[in-house]
Amino acid sequence: MTVQTLKSLADALAQKKVSSRELASQYLDRIKAINPAINAFITVDRDGALAAADLADKAIAAGNAAALTGVPIAHKDIFCTEGVLTTCGSKMLSNFVSPYDAHVVSQLKVAGTVSLGKTNLDEFAMGSTSESSFYGAVKNPWKLDRVPGGSSGGSAAAVAAGMVPAATGTDTGGSIRQPAGLCGITGIKPTYGVVSRYGMIAYASSLDQGGPMAHTAEDCALLLNHMAGFDARDSTSLERPVEDYTADLNKPLQGLRIGLPKEYFGDGLAEDVRTAIEGALAELRKLGATTVEVSLPNTHLAIPAYYVIAPAEASSNLSRFDGVRYGHRAAQYKDLAEMYSKSRAEGFGGEVKRRILVGAYVLSHGYYDAYYIKAQQLRCLIAQDFQQALQSCDIIAGPVAPTAAWGLGQMADDPVQMYLADIYTIAVNLAGLPALSTPAGFSNEGLPVGLQLIGNYFGEARLLGAAHQLQQATDWHLRTPDIG
Amino acid sequence: MRSDWEVVIGLETHAQLNTVSKIFSGASTAFGAAPNEQACGVDIALPGVLPVLNQGAVARAIRFGLAIGAEIAPRSVFARKNYFYPDLPKGYQISQYELPVVVGGTLTIQVGEGDKAYSKTVQLTRAHLEEDAGKSLHEDFQGQSGIDLNRAGTPLLEIVTEPDMRSSAEAVAYAKALHSLVQWIDICDGNMQEGSFRCDANVSVRKKGAEKLGTRREIKNLNSFRFMQQAIDYEVQWQIEQLEDGHAIQQATVLFDPDTGETRSMRSKEDAHDYRYFPDPDLLPLAISAEWIDRVKSEMPELPEEKRRRYRSEYSMVAQDALALTSSLGMSRYFENTLAALREIPGIPYGTQAPDVANAKHVQNWVINNIASSLNKEQLEIEDSKVSSAQLAGLLARVFDNTISSNAAKKVFDALWNGEGNDADSIIETQGLKQVTDASAIEPIIDEVIAANAKNVEEYRAGKEKAFNALVGQVMKASKGKASPAQVNELLKKKLDA
Repeated sequence: MTVQTLKSLADALAQKKVSSRELASQYLDRIKAINPAINAFITVDRDGALAAADLADKAIAAGNAAALTGVPIAHKDIFCTEGVLTTCGSKMLSNFVSPYDAHVVSQLKVAGTVSLGKTNLDEFAMGSTSESSFYGAVKNPWKLDRVPGGSSGGSAAAVAAGMVPAATGTDTGGSIRQPAGLCGITGIKPTYGVVSRYGMIAYASSLDQGGPMAHTAEDCALLLNHMAGFDARDSTSLERPVEDYTADLNKPLQGLRIGLPKEYFGDGLAEDVRTAIEGALAELRKLGATTVEVSLPNTHLAIPAYYVIAPAEASSNLSRFDGVRYGHRAAQYKDLAEMYSKSRAEGFGGEVKRRILVGAYVLSHGYYDAYYIKAQQLRCLIAQDFQQALQSCDIIAGPVAPTAAWGLGQMADDPVQMYLADIYTIAVNLAGLPALSTPAGFSNEGLPVGLQLIGNYFGEARLLGAAHQLQQATDWHLRTPDIG
Repeated sequence: MRSDWEVVIGLETHAQLNTVSKIFSGASTAFGAAPNEQACGVDIALPGVLPVLNQGAVARAIRFGLAIGAEIAPRSVFARKNYFYPDLPKGYQISQYELPVVVGGTLTIQVGEGDKAYSKTVQLTRAHLEEDAGKSLHEDFQGQSGIDLNRAGTPLLEIVTEPDMRSSAEAVAYAKALHSLVQWIDICDGNMQEGSFRCDANVSVRKKGAEKLGTRREIKNLNSFRFMQQAIDYEVQWQIEQLEDGHAIQQATVLFDPDTGETRSMRSKEDAHDYRYFPDPDLLPLAISAEWIDRVKSEMPELPEEKRRRYRSEYSMVAQDALALTSSLGMSRYFENTLAALREIPGIPYGTQAPDVANAKHVQNWVINNIASSLNKEQLEIEDSKVSSAQLAGLLARVFDNTISSNAAKKVFDALWNGEGNDADSIIETQGLKQVTDASAIEPIIDEVIAANAKNVEEYRAGKEKAFNALVGQVMKASKGKASPAQVNELLKKKLDA
């Protein structure tokens, strides 16, 4: 298998070397062949995809093609898609066909993309392994007994396994970057507010941010151009001038100052991951970048702060799933209270329940100040850390995760250990900064390692440019797992 | 009620803001649509939808804050109030908790009537924006409940007072003044039947002179002033009896049953919810600039207080009359429109400057005595008056220029009210009510009356004033009311004294 980039497919379509229908069929066939082993898709919308592909072909023939007309993609099943099952990986929404499109979905439709289906994820995006889905765990295409990371593990695995050239993801504490890293692809979480959250089923509203996942930084930039932008339906969407995220792709790295947080290279970082990251940093230096040590002294507070704020928001965000208007409702109940408790007990999985309970607890009377308010204060400190560090560098680099992909079920009984694996990604969400993961070589076992690049607010183009330059000089992003 | 108890009442009022669309969605707020026809994806809380604040609701909150002299918070915060109920689709209500949009303010109320009337200034604590819930319908569904989400997301301004009121009369006077104010500044239609204006009363009692407040019970959802009075009176009596019997009052939420006239406990403090308030991460803090406040201020109508002050100084009006004419914005508009229309009628003896006081005096008397009482008799609002301000001005013009007597004016008014004519002039014409001012037409009548009432004439000449009045009455009667009493007086006196 060779990597097919979104860019190359878009070019081939534009030059009429291939039709959208042919592309969609090829990918649908590959999904059919490979997905049973990977479980990256919850829904494959064959009919919808082929119909959209035919329309795309007509548009191309008529000379009405948009930038990405006819290119196949997939959406993380957290984005609402009109007329298509939208489950969020939960039994609770296992019967929910959305009556509307999320902003990201409609934007990508306008850009001409053809959606092949909906990708698997941790239930309500709560997890780092894509194991907590009601639809079963996603497998890492590089080694089927390993996790693909999460929560956007379905999107990452689908791209890595060549079932789709690119997919959407969402990132609340690392959910785009970490699975991208563990599956050897590229994924970017934009600055909070750059991509509208309208129609993206909320996990933790103040942290959630949608973004693209693809083989290359260039593909991510092309997709982000259509995903980003002001949306009046999301009050946290930022009204700023339209930006071209491909603008810095060819900008040389000469003079780029890269900060290396010493907290990201300390104990707990696996040696083979450290070696791979240092190899990638050496490449960046070869390209003209310089590296400097910086400090993010409150890094150790990010996970505790996150695990107060995110569950607090989640406990409230998930209250609407009550079995009254849509979604799962228990078959038998004797009164309203039992309808609620049985519907929710049956509809939600263990990790979701754990976070709802934690969230309700930290918000409850008498604990709010000690937990929620304190966590918000920590959040400010963490954001200040980054601003301090970015005084002496342009971007920050480090590992995405402390280890390469670990074994399926390995952390099933130890949620705290799983939470700790997000040590390098979570602080970025708390600060609202943009960050991406780009392939940086392989672990001793031959599993992908991701390099994380963190920028200042609205620094997406610069990050994508740095990743693109690295990708021009290396071939890690072109390696593919051996799954036929 | 025994006199050594003091009643303490604070009110929380939910005023539904009269925006076209909901506070966080574009769905219509109009009342009366078929169930769930006015509930969009945001209102039914589909997965993934987000709230967007309606600026019109904020402008109305600012208007209210300005009207009560409150502080408009430059930064206020929407918070989620979490609880489960089928008519609360998100499982939380978006409200304001720690930082409300309006802080403080006062409302001056008039309590009682006549000699016992007094005014009082009620201190407001705060007013905050929030969304209404839907409705649960427990009838017609055979053991199940129906949910109507049309009302879900309707903007509310919750207006909270300090525990300043000391009787049900004061509470009702406050509620009425507030009810009038929110309509006056056009932020709420005030329709209590449709639930646009509803009050909760926090009631406690304490021994006179005690500093500490007694334990309160909250009477929920009082949607008429009469029920409010009844509910508070009952509750006060009940609390005093409990305390005098040696029982303690338990903090509770109670409902008033209009059929029995009693309050009954809905839930006690023990089963009170923990609402787990926290700032809504979907909404940015609400920032209100000084410019925005200025803009709203420039669009504000003259407020009742200001108007009363102006009426009293410009038209030398007594307090009672100024109050009556400002009982609603419509009433004051009617008064002012009549006065303005009158000035436009050619030949009115009074000008537009200082003598206007005399105009105003007449208009004021007619509005208060005739219009208000006719409205009252037929249970109509001023907007539905059967005599328009222009018609009233036309009628008064004919009184001023002596075309008709004041007696005839009343007949014309009744005719206008009953739709017997379009304007005073045509009614005067068709009913022949024109005053006779030609002395040569009246003198023969006077002569006849003098001739026929020798006894009265004699008595008058003997110094009995009463006899003179009787003679005037006879002349008026003989003229069928068309003669001018003043002219009759003059001519009669001249003839008798000759």
